[in-house]
Amino acid sequence: MNQLLEISFSSLASSIHSWLSSAIANATILNVVEMAIAGVCLLVFLVPLCFVLGYMERKVAAFMQLRLGPNRVGPKGTLQIVADTVKLIFKEGLTPNASDKFLFNLAPIIVVVVSMLVMAPIAFAKNFQLWDLNIGVLYVTSISSIAVIGILMAGWSSYNKYSLLGAMRSGAQIVSYELSVGLSIISIVIMTGSLKISDIVMSQADGWWIFKGHLPIFISFVIFVIASTAEINRAPFDLSEAEQELTGGFHTEYSGMKFAMFLLAEYINLFVVSAMAATLFLGGWMPFHIGHWEAFNHIMDFIPSSLWFLGKTFAIIFIIMQFRWTFPRLRVDQLLNLEWKYLLPISMVNIILVTIMAIMGWYL
Amino acid sequence: MSLLGENFMTEEGEFVINMGPQHPSTHGVLHLKVWLDGETIKKVQPHLGYIHRSIEKMSERLSYRNFIYATSRMDYLSAHINNQACALAVEKGLQVEVPARAQAIRVLLAELTRLQSHQLWWGCTGLDLGAVTPFFYAFREREAIMEIFEETCGARLTQNFCVPGGVMYDVNPNFQKRVKDVMQQIKSKYREYEEILTGNVIFENRTKGVGYLSKEDAISFGVTGPTARASGISCDIRKWFPYDGYEKLDFEEVVMEGGDCYTRYMARIEEMKQSVHIIEQMIDNLPEGDIQGKTKNVIKLPKGEFYQKVETARGELGVYIVSDGAASPYRIKYRSPNFSNLSALETMSVGTKIGDLVAIMATIDLVIPDIDR
Repeated sequence: MNQLLEISFSSLASSIHSWLSSAIANATILNVVEMAIAGVCLLVFLVPLCFVLGYMERKVAAFMQLRLGPNRVGPKGTLQIVADTVKLIFKEGLTPNASDKFLFNLAPIIVVVVSMLVMAPIAFAKNFQLWDLNIGVLYVTSISSIAVIGILMAGWSSYNKYSLLGAMRSGAQIVSYELSVGLSIISIVIMTGSLKISDIVMSQADGWWIFKGHLPIFISFVIFVIASTAEINRAPFDLSEAEQELTGGFHTEYSGMKFAMFLLAEYINLFVVSAMAATLFLGGWMPFHIGHWEAFNHIMDFIPSSLWFLGKTFAIIFIIMQFRWTFPRLRVDQLLNLEWKYLLPISMVNIILVTIMAIMGWYL
Repeated sequence: MSLLGENFMTEEGEFVINMGPQHPSTHGVLHLKVWLDGETIKKVQPHLGYIHRSIEKMSERLSYRNFIYATSRMDYLSAHINNQACALAVEKGLQVEVPARAQAIRVLLAELTRLQSHQLWWGCTGLDLGAVTPFFYAFREREAIMEIFEETCGARLTQNFCVPGGVMYDVNPNFQKRVKDVMQQIKSKYREYEEILTGNVIFENRTKGVGYLSKEDAISFGVTGPTARASGISCDIRKWFPYDGYEKLDFEEVVMEGGDCYTRYMARIEEMKQSVHIIEQMIDNLPEGDIQGKTKNVIKLPKGEFYQKVETARGELGVYIVSDGAASPYRIKYRSPNFSNLSALETMSVGTKIGDLVAIMATIDLVIPDIDR
């Protein structure tokens, strides 16, 4: 069955490509048209994804908080999030009088576009990847750090003191935590010797890095999850929003669709971060294999690779959602202490261990 | 856009923020003007009066039976204890004997009130520090207590159950059983509370050593209640000036040294356990007898001044009545605990961060209508 699914995906892509190349002679135009198609596909994938994540977040929160969560609109409340989106679209998007209107309106677009760009090199299934560029991992880390510009813009242009404080917090936070995210990604790059996402996934055919890499890679995994939770501004690291302190932080002044775009970006970022964690440490779309258990491995192969990928991603999303509803928020100085005094030194030492492991071939 | 100006930034570069009157964590319409240097607080100035309803002046027009119920709207989380204080003050003037059963019912309801107030505070503290889930756990137990109030008093928040000379009605027949059930439930949930907030690393980092209030400062600001007791001051009115039969009960005054947010938090948690202890020893031996002493229909206090203080969930509430012998008080003054406690806020919070200010406000446990009255 999985062969069928993968053949259909790749053959669909190649037949579209051959059809387009017969219709359009100019190679540049052909490229642009293909990119546009890919972009539309991404959008079509992202909107339902955000609905699912929004519904999931509310249900996870509800079950942790002795509530039922949304259960009125649609079966089991599944359409509640659609109703909310429709409401947000029809709401008036207010722009404060004293704000810098150009930057104010640009900021949510930048935040969303950046988080969508990061989706490009993610391998959703076997042979199913929008853009398998040779510096995939570097691309993800560098593009995702542009998001902070959007947040700073939003905070500055709102002409609101809370927004400005939130934006400044966010700047300090994202710049700091990027280091730990980068270093934990580097540990995988050292192991595989490639920045290409498909190579990293293929290197885990005989076992996921979290199992193969022993303790150092496990430490990298934990640091990656913590630091990337901070990087996407989710609780307990949501200092830039900090509802109880800053009444909403950088998006205090936003309403309607512009606010919805920040929300959209938050959920896409959540997905991207979890997908990266799944790709780097849990084998991406690779099925779970145990040594020489041929029968077991064969059964595992029958589960479609896209299900493997989404299953791992959603497992990590589930964990990150539980963080949010369990922990209190850190204070701003404690947040930076955690990064500079704990996570960064640990990652540094960890990198050395990983390098030694890679040189000596002590994995697997 | 200019950044300078009295309400945006001072000339020394201090950022001026108006926290409130509409702000998620000022719990009402408190307005704090905060001067910031980066994230560090330089100065805090509370601006009051957004919910002033002149309850004291209003009471001069009300009879001695009626003015009691205006106080339910002061500290609405200790509504019953406020009523009790007024009733006690009037009883002092009338020299009327309160039957033992009425006293016991009053104390039981007062301790239940204290318990539900602390439950709400516990949930809100978590919420203010960014943990949303404890709020719902706290409301689960609080709801059970509120249902007891509803059954016995007819109201959930403003019980209005005290009358001069006793209580308005006898308790509901289910009262004893339900209270015992709720006490069992609360005792079994302490572990959950400890796990989700008290033992949490982030919570301890956010509260330990934050918002220090020294014993001397606490005394000079007139801070009372759990906030003062966490700074090492023994000031429980129930112990020092017992009323309504507290002298016969076995309970401990929770006095802790430390004076930071964490100590204030622990002091209130301990106080909840003491309240459960008080309720448990009273619930099985409610005395039989009348529920109201003998009072005239129109109460007239003799000429003079009467003062009564009680321990609400937040500290010392004083009721001062000046009577000229008429059917309504000549002058009334309330000494409300939150007003004094708020005055210590600046001392506690200068030099801390914005996040700490929220934590400090949460552990002082402010109820804004009580400040403005």
